[in-house]
Amino acid sequence: MTSCKALAALLALAGMTLPVLSHAADDVASLRAELQALKTDYKTRVDALEQRIAQLEDAPVGGVSEATAPQPMPATGSSGGTATAFNPSISLILAGGYTNTSKDPETWTIGGFLPSGGEVGPGERSFNLGESELTLSSNVDPYFSAQMTAALTPENEVEVEEAFFRTLALPDGFTAKGGRFFSGFGYLNEVHSHAWDFVDQPLIYQAFFGGQFKQEGLQVKWLAPTELFVELGAETGNGSEFPASRRNRNGLNGATLFAHVGGDIGDATSWRAGAAYLDQRADDRSFENVDEFGLPLTDSFTGKSRTWVADAVLKWTPIGDPNRRQVKLQGEYMQRRETGLLAFDTEGSNLIDGYRSSQSGWYLQGVYQFLPRWRAGLRYDSLDPGTPRIGLVDSGELPLSAFPLLLPADPDRISIMLDWNPSEFSRLRAQWDWDDARGQDDRDHAFRLQYIYGIGAHGAHKF
Amino acid sequence: MFRIIRSAIALVMLAAALPAHAALKVLATTSDWGALVKEIGGDQVNLYVATSALQDVHRVDAKPSLVARARTADLVVATGAELEIGWLPVLIQESGNSRIQPGSPGYFEAAAVLSLLEKPERFDRSLGDIHPQGNPHVQLDPHNIAKVAKALSERLSQLDAAHAQEYQQRAKDFDTRWQAAIQRWETKAASLKGVPVVVMHSDQTYLCRWLGLVQVAAIEPKPGMPPTAGYLGQLVTKLSASPPRVIMLNAYNDPKAANWLSARVHAPTVVLPFSVGGTPEAKDLFGLFDDTINRLLAVLK
Repeated sequence: MTSCKALAALLALAGMTLPVLSHAADDVASLRAELQALKTDYKTRVDALEQRIAQLEDAPVGGVSEATAPQPMPATGSSGGTATAFNPSISLILAGGYTNTSKDPETWTIGGFLPSGGEVGPGERSFNLGESELTLSSNVDPYFSAQMTAALTPENEVEVEEAFFRTLALPDGFTAKGGRFFSGFGYLNEVHSHAWDFVDQPLIYQAFFGGQFKQEGLQVKWLAPTELFVELGAETGNGSEFPASRRNRNGLNGATLFAHVGGDIGDATSWRAGAAYLDQRADDRSFENVDEFGLPLTDSFTGKSRTWVADAVLKWTPIGDPNRRQVKLQGEYMQRRETGLLAFDTEGSNLIDGYRSSQSGWYLQGVYQFLPRWRAGLRYDSLDPGTPRIGLVDSGELPLSAFPLLLPADPDRISIMLDWNPSEFSRLRAQWDWDDARGQDDRDHAFRLQYIYGIGAHGAHKF
Repeated sequence: MFRIIRSAIALVMLAAALPAHAALKVLATTSDWGALVKEIGGDQVNLYVATSALQDVHRVDAKPSLVARARTADLVVATGAELEIGWLPVLIQESGNSRIQPGSPGYFEAAAVLSLLEKPERFDRSLGDIHPQGNPHVQLDPHNIAKVAKALSERLSQLDAAHAQEYQQRAKDFDTRWQAAIQRWETKAASLKGVPVVVMHSDQTYLCRWLGLVQVAAIEPKPGMPPTAGYLGQLVTKLSASPPRVIMLNAYNDPKAANWLSARVHAPTVVLPFSVGGTPEAKDLFGLFDDTINRLLAVLK
């Protein structure tokens, strides 16, 4: 953290001194020009000016603003180092790319699953801008640190992706976190999009969370004092996000429990495995449907939603340097059971009856760093929507075709990617998908190009 | 839910009730600082070294095993100056260990007691992977090791006051042996003064300055940037007029580019240990410098 703070200070200092330096250089240049013009007439003033130039050139950067600067310094300079020295470390991630799909991305759905309402699917065609992530972080005091990541969306909106505090001084391996944050559920849930190994999330994350699960709440983690990495955590919150919904209810809304273990096998192999359980409730979680004439209507689900995940990641780094050669294998399995009531056409006929589903999915991916700068990856996604029990259909009140989203389907997808990383701060990637997410034998061939650039503070990533 | 919380609390109480280990637990980021901790801490410390000499300390994964070690550490010994910025902050953050937070006595940075070379005048990443505080590869100047040893012994004494005298004694003993070794190395390596060399990356800067080797070129066009074919071509042209006597590589470097260049500028390559454990001979800090000088002298014979 000292290095983070030091970096923040240095960045601040850089931000401060560079303008000063360039101003100083400008000043010298303008003074020299002035000098030329005045030379013939004002011999004495020339001497004075020369003296001023000498002072400007000799003075240390910090000293310039104090005494000899002939023009007012920029605001950051005049307030000296103390005002900016505590600036948080700032990093900005820019991402974007190009998308080519054989099917209209507007029609993209995950067959057999109730829509998550998240930002899912292959994205819009042709050139597009991804989210720009601005992260500010710093220690607050000896007890807390704070971090905020704002996503500036291509739709010109600002979204608070994460904004949380974290404790620094709890005893016995405890850390607490509060605010809005990505849940510790699963492996990939906590990973920001710029650190993904593929352009998009695996289908299970898109189907079960609409991307990543986060809520406003509290997390407590405990790390065991053992050589084996053993981490236990619990979270609770307001349950505002899919698969839950804002319930206008006091107290704790839902809970997450997770456990991670990890270690090394020999010198070259490291691993982490985990399991987590997410218990949520949805009240009137609405989603768009269409009736038999193709007209839009709104359905909703009210009830319990319980998800569990098993995740594992393994990295093999045969020569120690992950940037020269590394194999990373990663896989997660999720299962969700939902029981409650499903309402059909809430603004019209509003038919309500029971609903029960048990759905699952998994992905397995491998990324191979085969040369410095070059990585290739392969991912397979598969989902099992199961056969939801829909009371309205079982009772004969509605045909199954009233819920086209829940028709039997067999979604899966194969993705391959190749990326080139000119430095730690830039990445260019190509990804090809054979995408059967719709699950009805209507394969989408997608090809995407992506760029990711990071500027500002040097990031440090979790395993 | 409550049962789980209750058992978690019980587990923690149990962990806290276990007898505390007598030895001070130290997590060193590199094998060099590990070796130094061993010299000064002796049996009083329980040491874990996070990386090996065959790793590039810039690029290390924040492995779960390292987080687990950070959890129980009483002291982290790091280089600082952003050398470990890609992973150490994560270890410290994830460790839930308040003792090793930067600024606490349990966090030690070697760079804090040294004056670093090559402080950039411009902070601009188009210049490559530069470090705002200066070149962090400080261990190859033995005078730096001496300074760090002194500061480290003070820190160990502060954290483990009961054994302060032993730390001071060991540090004094180490310094006596170290200063004598420096004399020996400097005499032995006198002929290296002024020898033109090509380095891989700017991580041999302190060694070159100490021994008076003249760094005429680096194989990396900019810090952290692997060389391109075009750049290597230019390097051959540039070096043909005044060829270097030797091309210096670190144990962890990929030797391909250096070997290619070696054949074209007719200068031999030499693989130097760079860190303790980088070569079989570099078993400890004394071996590191003995072997570095021996290898340089042997290749220049």
